[in-house]
Amino acid sequence: MTDGVPQVTWAPSELELARRQHRRKASGRSVLIAIVSTILFVGVIALVLINTPGWESVKATFFDLSVAKESLPAVLQGLWLNIRVLFFATIGVAVLGTGLAVIRSLRGPVWFPLRALATIYTDLFRGVPVLIVLFLVGFGIPALEIFPRLPAGVWGGIAITLCYSAYVAEVLRAGMEAVHPSQRIAARSLGLTHAETLRVVVIPQGLRKVIPPLMNDFVSMQKDVGLISVLGAVDAVRAAQIEVAQSFNFTPYVVAALLFVALSFPVIRVTDHISARMARREQSGGTV
Amino acid sequence: MSVLKLNNVWKRFGDVEVLKGVDLTLEEHDVVVLIGASGSGKSTLLRTINLIEQVDDGQVILSGDDITDPRTDVDKARARIGVVFQQFNLFPHMKVIDNVTLAARRVHKWPAAKARAKGVALLEKFGLGDKVDEYSDRLSGGQQQRVAIVRAIMTDPELLLLDEITSALDPMLVGEVLDLVRDLKEGGSTMLIATHEMSFARTVADRIVFMHGGRILETGTPEQIFSAPERPETQEFLARIMHR
Repeated sequence: MTDGVPQVTWAPSELELARRQHRRKASGRSVLIAIVSTILFVGVIALVLINTPGWESVKATFFDLSVAKESLPAVLQGLWLNIRVLFFATIGVAVLGTGLAVIRSLRGPVWFPLRALATIYTDLFRGVPVLIVLFLVGFGIPALEIFPRLPAGVWGGIAITLCYSAYVAEVLRAGMEAVHPSQRIAARSLGLTHAETLRVVVIPQGLRKVIPPLMNDFVSMQKDVGLISVLGAVDAVRAAQIEVAQSFNFTPYVVAALLFVALSFPVIRVTDHISARMARREQSGGTV
Repeated sequence: MSVLKLNNVWKRFGDVEVLKGVDLTLEEHDVVVLIGASGSGKSTLLRTINLIEQVDDGQVILSGDDITDPRTDVDKARARIGVVFQQFNLFPHMKVIDNVTLAARRVHKWPAAKARAKGVALLEKFGLGDKVDEYSDRLSGGQQQRVAIVRAIMTDPELLLLDEITSALDPMLVGEVLDLVRDLKEGGSTMLIATHEMSFARTVADRIVFMHGGRILETGTPEQIFSAPERPETQEFLARIMHR
């Protein structure tokens, strides 16, 4: 077939080697510029901060290393409660959120009451401040005296689940609606039922589209589990508060903040990684 | 001076060599048509000329300027080349006239009135006068592609690249787009065209270039290539595409 076609093997020409050298130099230069500008930037901020009139007292009350060390075990123990609440709330949100999203996407007049209920639910729980939901669930439901006494963390977890399910349901619904209608038509043409179409075709594609906003909601929930402290649950925030009251020093709050950041950091990085990978897959190749 | 000169252009994606040392020259007013099977490297070649893909070796020289030199301002280089894509790629959130005048206003800094005047004149010339203030996604495929062509020629680029511009069109709409390209040829545009429309290639091309496996295997006038192709690969390709 290829007789007569000269077989060429490629070795980079002088010109290409010179170009590569130039690019290497240019990228080395930009790394250097980045390093220098970062050092300058951080340096200026640090300098300004240190030279503020109240820096010494702020340093003593917020960044006291010995207080930090002392309070760390208690705050860490509190964080363990946050992590457990987060774990169960995440499962709850996944189930309830998906359920709500599916209910809201149901077609047909028979489903009107369910659809209306789901709509009212998402409207309501997205509108009410999380703190108020916490108070209503945490103090209101136990007052009905139909449930056995449960720890405050459980009620806190339920309140968080209720709030975040509403958000997640809306994100999922947006994702499902972003799947092109032709996909539904193709699935229904094959004879799949509405439910099968949702499960096998629409939800998998819709979910992929909304992974970044879902991860964003997850990170947001990670820090909002700190709000359960208002119900008296001894979580990281509450533990820090107790330490603050004992030492008359605000450093434990900073410790709790750093721990929350450490908790969310891996998720944020994973989200970035997933988004980047999806972007690469969508626009294959090219330098633009 | 040649409008476009490709010297030994190489491009690989991972281990796959897509372009293996392509040489090609276009003088002013030349219309060159690239033919060849899918995967032969036609689209990649156009993308390297527009600097969407970085060449792995060789040079792309546009009117004497080596635009593959790393010191080139790629935005400036791209502004000198007009491109029309298979999928039109109009901006759906803009009106037709805004699509057409975007580069003139933003990149070439024309006053808005001048840009609009020329945009309207071009749209009218190509039978799109009543679509000026429509949103581009309200148009038929053929109309959209004609708008895309007007967008590409708006600032009189030195070179036009047309990448299978009729492949996404209903057969009924192909004619209106190809007629427009013939008008551009009459107007003296320098064009490099990748297409599967052999009858169009035959009528519009000054030269036909047959690509196979990332290389140019045969070049000639339409008569030479279509009546008496020399290489067996060319013969086989033409036999397949003509008698399907």
